[in-house]
Amino acid sequence: MRWIWLDRILELERGQRCVAIKNVSAAEEVLHDHFPKTGNHPALPVMPNTLIIEGMAQTAGIMVGHARDFKEKVILAKINKATFTDAATPGTTIRHTATMLNLDDRGASCAGVVELIDSATGVAKPLAHIDLMFSHVDQNMQGIAFPEHNFVFTDQFMDLLARSGIN
Amino acid sequence: MALSEQEIFEQVQTVLVDALGVDEDEVTPEAKLDADLGAESIDYLDIAFRLEKQFNIKIGESEMFDQSVLNDPQYVQDGVVTPAGIAELEAKMPHADLSQWKQDPQVEKLGDVFDVQMLCKFVQSKLGE
Repeated sequence: MRWIWLDRILELERGQRCVAIKNVSAAEEVLHDHFPKTGNHPALPVMPNTLIIEGMAQTAGIMVGHARDFKEKVILAKINKATFTDAATPGTTIRHTATMLNLDDRGASCAGVVELIDSATGVAKPLAHIDLMFSHVDQNMQGIAFPEHNFVFTDQFMDLLARSGIN
Repeated sequence: MALSEQEIFEQVQTVLVDALGVDEDEVTPEAKLDADLGAESIDYLDIAFRLEKQFNIKIGESEMFDQSVLNDPQYVQDGVVTPAGIAELEAKMPHADLSQWKQDPQVEKLGDVFDVQMLCKFVQSKLGE
């Protein structure tokens, strides 16, 4: 399983904003465990909210990493807020928009808006608000050694950037 | 117009309610950030970012809570801050009241010094710059 919860980056403005999408597919195993048929209740496959948070963390994390040319190891450090108003079912598209609030040597804080796009109509409606904080881990863990290579921004992320047309 | 002490306290209170998810009445001047309000290390960066926005100030790294002394072996011996280390902390954090902590200057007890009152004093000093 590949731990990449984004399909494409639509916009990336250095240090300011990142927009990415994730298409929700019935082929994804995780949807069928969440939630399976029980008794008289039919199955209700929806994208788990935890993975939507992960999708926003990846969107915002790319924005934070890109702002410093992916030289920092950017780690999700805090979920300031995560409120959901809808559920993402198969056949819809999740659109993550991350905006930078603060960025310095120690880390960053970001505001996230998540929308759900109905593939039949193209109409977008609110899905969630997710505000996150990231740590530049090498700057904040005095005395703790991390590997030299950037284990956060792996080939999976670089491939995503490349296929989204972002250098 | 300069903010009064009460206005600074109320705005710091709002920042802490938002950053730590605590109730307003928990944020008293004497409340300790970690022991009483549950702040963890990343929360200090969150609080710094929010204070910057709330008061339109710029807070440098280690300015609010200095970590460099505690991580410097010349200032810490067997978990206790040396007299030179204490002097360094007093110079770097004039907004912190270290008088009680100095009686037993253990590194792990320094967190007790970081209370709401101290944050208000810090903001006040930044606004005066």
